[in-house]
Amino acid sequence: MRGMTTIVKTITRIVIGFIFVYGCYIVLFGHLSPGGGFAGGAIIATSFILSRLAFGTTEKQEKNTTVVSSIFESIGGIGFLSVALLGMLFGFYYFQNIISKGIPLRLASAGHILPANIAIGIKVGAALLSIFLGLASTKYIMRD
Amino acid sequence: MQAFYMLLVFMVAAGIVAVEIKDLLAAVISLGAVGFGVAIMFIMLQAPDLAFVQIVIEILAVVFFVAVILKTTHEDETLGRGYTKDDIIPILGFSLFALMFLYLGIKAMISLPSFGNPLMKVASYYIENGLKEVGAGNLVAAVILDYRGYDTLGEATVLFTSVIGVLAILRKEGRKK
Repeated sequence: MRGMTTIVKTITRIVIGFIFVYGCYIVLFGHLSPGGGFAGGAIIATSFILSRLAFGTTEKQEKNTTVVSSIFESIGGIGFLSVALLGMLFGFYYFQNIISKGIPLRLASAGHILPANIAIGIKVGAALLSIFLGLASTKYIMRD
Repeated sequence: MQAFYMLLVFMVAAGIVAVEIKDLLAAVISLGAVGFGVAIMFIMLQAPDLAFVQIVIEILAVVFFVAVILKTTHEDETLGRGYTKDDIIPILGFSLFALMFLYLGIKAMISLPSFGNPLMKVASYYIENGLKEVGAGNLVAAVILDYRGYDTLGEATVLFTSVIGVLAILRKEGRKK
């Protein structure tokens, strides 16, 4: 994938960190404000896709990124399932919220919603990045 | 409320343009217009969570499509066959059905209770007990990750399946030489 012009690269260098941090904020505060794992994960994926489009990549980088994002997607999926399984581990049913509820409207509250949001955020971000790489850089990944 | 209906008309028009136009890049942009219309509609209906997801996913989808179009072609290469005399009866029949459906739909919509009032039984339970039982300030998060965790699991599974599908279709081994 070729990179874009110097203007795009400069702007990308300035905004990309903010986009990534904003995505993390949306994931972490999903139980307090609008957003959550899905929206935050999509924003994080957007930051990676922006860097990919603006700076361009080599064939080797594309292959590596595809492998790494697949691994992260699996980690996110397994994380969400293990959060759900925690309930069964302690003798309740699947998806039982057994982590302490805490004080409402604090960051560390609402039991398993925070870890589940983080797991979903990782999963959704990696999944959207994988789809983008699969569609947009087929030429690199699939060439013999 | 008038702005709401104007937005609806705009979205229908953009959808028709997206289907009918020959240039694929213009079609993708019209599709993006429909998506952002949906996002504005979610904001009007006071659903910021959904508006968030809709805006981000719409941007991503437009970027996906544009990236694919830049790699492949701008032209719509499907072979249209034009309309002949034999098509009149199906078109008339379909138009009749669509008008009938529209009329009945409008009648049904008018007889519905107004938006968000009165609260349904399940929703009022969530609003009364959500903060106490789950401890989450955002009730939507409490519903999708605690009361309705299985639905979120299904959603995650759908996304996983779509990724597997994309990578399986585009993989090297299954292609002809």
